[in-house]
Amino acid sequence: MTAMIEIRDLVKRFDDFTAVAGISLQVAKGEVLGFLGPNGAGKSTTMKMVTGFLDPTSGSIAVGGKDITRDPLAAKRLIGYLPEGAPAYPDMTPASLFAFVGSARGLDRATLKQRIAAVVAETHIGSVLEQPIETLSKGYKRRVGLAQAILHDPPILVLDEPTDGLDPNQKHEVRELIRRMKKNKAIVISTHILEEVEAICDRAIIVARGRVVAEGRPEGKAGGWRFGNVLAEPGRLDQAFRNITLGAAA
Amino acid sequence: MTGTLSVFRREFAGYFATPLAYIFIIVFLFVAGIFTFYVGSFFPRGQADLTPFFTYLPWLFLFLLPAIGMRLWAEERRAGTIELLLTLPISIAGAVIGKFLAAWAFAIVALALTFPLWITVARLGQPDHGVILASYVGAALMAGGYLAIAGCLSAVTRNQVIAFVVGVVICFLFTVAGSPLVLNFFTGWAPPSLVSIVAATSIITHFNAITLGVIDLRDVIYFVSLIAAWLAATVIVVDLKKAD
Repeated sequence: MTAMIEIRDLVKRFDDFTAVAGISLQVAKGEVLGFLGPNGAGKSTTMKMVTGFLDPTSGSIAVGGKDITRDPLAAKRLIGYLPEGAPAYPDMTPASLFAFVGSARGLDRATLKQRIAAVVAETHIGSVLEQPIETLSKGYKRRVGLAQAILHDPPILVLDEPTDGLDPNQKHEVRELIRRMKKNKAIVISTHILEEVEAICDRAIIVARGRVVAEGRPEGKAGGWRFGNVLAEPGRLDQAFRNITLGAAA
Repeated sequence: MTGTLSVFRREFAGYFATPLAYIFIIVFLFVAGIFTFYVGSFFPRGQADLTPFFTYLPWLFLFLLPAIGMRLWAEERRAGTIELLLTLPISIAGAVIGKFLAAWAFAIVALALTFPLWITVARLGQPDHGVILASYVGAALMAGGYLAIAGCLSAVTRNQVIAFVVGVVICFLFTVAGSPLVLNFFTGWAPPSLVSIVAATSIITHFNAITLGVIDLRDVIYFVSLIAAWLAATVIVVDLKKAD
């Protein structure tokens, strides 16, 4: 397994506030990494650095072997990104947004047409393709954001709370989609929803106050997770999460 | 300048996706008409030229173009779409230039729609078409200058009203830099060379020179430098403020 995302000693300071205080991690192709942590733990800041939006204070990030600060354009081509809150131009329709994103990503007309058809089918947004994004419901907006992230079929996907605002059926569909895509991709998702980790992640990292405080994997056939010496029973990940994050804060 | 064309196309189409473009064009043409025919005494002058129109144009641009420029970056930051934009494989310079060119192209469309004025003077008399054409070129360059300034200030804040007001003030200072209002502030304590440098940054001086009918290379270089300097500043500001 080759590491598609490789983060080393990543630090981000804003004035005198340290948002990320030395995170190192790797994500391999075929893997879905769950990025967990309380609000303000540094999850979104880390994702913003991995995708090249923010510059790290120190440390390095390589995606697909390209350094994000030294070769940002090459690195960004490999990444599909759903930012926190799924921002999109309110005046645009999903169709025109995809045309813009596709053109910025250098897709030719035929490929773009084919990819739009594919992502529209995968995210079930065909009925709103010509409506202004500002008129769409939260669930549709989120799926439009997800669709633009996978438009160029990137080898690396960074999804900040991809199922936030979706109803249970839509959540299920998005998880199925992530599971289908993971074979050929390295995927990082941040989430508050612990059942999501159990449902789709191969590995999970818990961050608190800018540091990795625990790393966990599924253990046993029943679907339990082990974080170091903490073993979470199936469906009881929330208990482990509380113990780990509150313990780290103390 | 990776991404310039993609950003340009999105932005330019964006003007016409909302009523903004049409309202702007209607207001611009209406006010330009008032200035030309009433304030500028087009008919009583009895001269077949567009001097009344071009005399008031800088003052019209001064208020209307910051209204176009104010949303360029402030809107991206407020809506959070700047994160989407800058994580695409496009450079910040590419995005800045694409947005500027779209705003400029839009302003040129609005300017071009004043062509009935030209037709009017051509029917009423025998105007110097060379002078009018030069004046239009000068007006387009001047619009670029105002938009580059307003776009930069729009990157400083996510509040469009602040971007507009500060944009108008800075555009005003650049417009009247050659007038006693500004120069008196410098004379007395500043060396004469600085005073003449300040005077040379006046938009209206360079524009008026072009409206005499001669497109002097120095005036063109002035406007191109003005635009380039403000766009360079915009790239720096966007990079520094993108995460705020």
